[in-house]
Amino acid sequence: MRARLSLRAAALGYLALLLVFPLGMVFWRTFQHGLGPVWGAATAPDALHALWLTVLIALIAVPANTVFGVVCALVIVRGRFQGKTFLNALVDLPFALSPVVVGLSLYLVYARTGWLGGWLLGHGIAVIFALPGMILATIFVSLPFVVREVVPVLREIGTEQEQAAWTLGASPLAAFRRVTLPAIRWGITYGVVLTTARAIGEFGAVSVVSGNIAGRTETLTLHVQERFQSFDLTGAYTASVELALLALLTLLVMTVIRKEGPRVDSDSPGDEALR
Amino acid sequence: MPLGRGFTSAYLGFIVLLPLAAVLWRSTQGGADGFWNAVSSPAAVASLKLTFVASLIVVAINATAGTLIAWVLVRDSFRGKSIVNALIDLPFALPTIVAGLTLLALYGPRGPFGINVAYTRVAIVLALLFVTLPFVVRSVQPVLLELDQEMEEAAASLGARPWAIFRRIILPNLAPAILSGCALAFARSVGEFGSVVLISGNIPFKTEVASVHIFGQIESDDVSGAAAVSVVLLATSLVALIVFDAFRRWRFGHEG
Repeated sequence: MRARLSLRAAALGYLALLLVFPLGMVFWRTFQHGLGPVWGAATAPDALHALWLTVLIALIAVPANTVFGVVCALVIVRGRFQGKTFLNALVDLPFALSPVVVGLSLYLVYARTGWLGGWLLGHGIAVIFALPGMILATIFVSLPFVVREVVPVLREIGTEQEQAAWTLGASPLAAFRRVTLPAIRWGITYGVVLTTARAIGEFGAVSVVSGNIAGRTETLTLHVQERFQSFDLTGAYTASVELALLALLTLLVMTVIRKEGPRVDSDSPGDEALR
Repeated sequence: MPLGRGFTSAYLGFIVLLPLAAVLWRSTQGGADGFWNAVSSPAAVASLKLTFVASLIVVAINATAGTLIAWVLVRDSFRGKSIVNALIDLPFALPTIVAGLTLLALYGPRGPFGINVAYTRVAIVLALLFVTLPFVVRSVQPVLLELDQEMEEAAASLGARPWAIFRRIILPNLAPAILSGCALAFARSVGEFGSVVLISGNIPFKTEVASVHIFGQIESDDVSGAAAVSVVLLATSLVALIVFDAFRRWRFGHEG
């Protein structure tokens, strides 16, 4: 019994020192001078613009990766072709890459001297130090989540029901929409939550390609760093609390889905950690 | 189906493959000498060494602490356990820059405990421990949950002590899960940027990790140098993923 209690104390103590105290500290530091300064920092034009930009990028990146994720999962589970192993591995790669390397890779393609950048700039399209680059970076880093959540569910349900629908005269599209899609909806939902959290929180990759121009190409995470480096701690803490609240909301949704949705063991690297 | 395959290939090719090819291509532009010079420059070597050593320390701590936490979450029962369980995923939901600021608030100058590790190597390990916490826990938890306790009971009835039971029965069963979690934690540590950038101070030769080094090279317009060091990180990520996959196959005994 004593061994059990001391193990529990060690585990909880580790979590408290590493997770709970630091998080509590940020909330305390943010609100220690009352609500007035926090409200002022949260409603400053640059802060509002950063929040809007973060939401806008997520609104584009998340649907793109959701559509891709479902199609890619179908291809991985149902398809038989050469190079499937390669495709499978390629999907996992963004999990293991440094965000700075992701940013650099986009820079090398889309900067003025890059493979496509010169041509695009000639046609009036700026990607680096502009919104398109930030969207591409966010899509890159959050790409695997939906795929990795949908693949195990698809594998589990098989194709029998869908084939039955075909036999009864349903078109492939109708069969997918009325039979398969409802069966994988929890997997998709879970993947979308994870993709959104990653998209909102991305820092390194976006930092490389955005140029960090306050009020123009600054997302909320970049705003935290910029305020911190300008010695405006209230501004940095306020933006951090906004992001932390979004993170806590994510945890809540994840917990609810885990309770409500059917449990299917996933097999992805990211998922090992994300479940 | 051919349509879906075409779309998938085009999307992955455009988003992932084309940019990564550009990194490889750029790193070879100065020839083998240029690549070697960039990778073996004193600052690059120092940052890579720091990154690998810190990541190995972090992985070792995670193997122990992660297994312990998973054990407590599965075998122990206490009030508020489900909240603790949900909290494990916090490092994944919380943006890395916030994680860094958060640790700085507690373990930096003017922290409430009087501990100040800001701008030291300890701070880097701390930040990496924060962001990699869930990997081993979430990898070990399901295996522990399914582990048959009869073997342990049999061993106990034959007079084995708790420590012997853990070492000879539980640990061998958990090993693949612990190691695959470690592989992912290592890959994540090696590339980590956001959580480290505020708390480490980024002092060259002292607290500058590889990703911060690359970032600095991009800012000072040494893009070829940045690409060369990136290739080293890229290769490390690939190896970590391959190792992870090997452990996963060992554990499940089939193709994942």
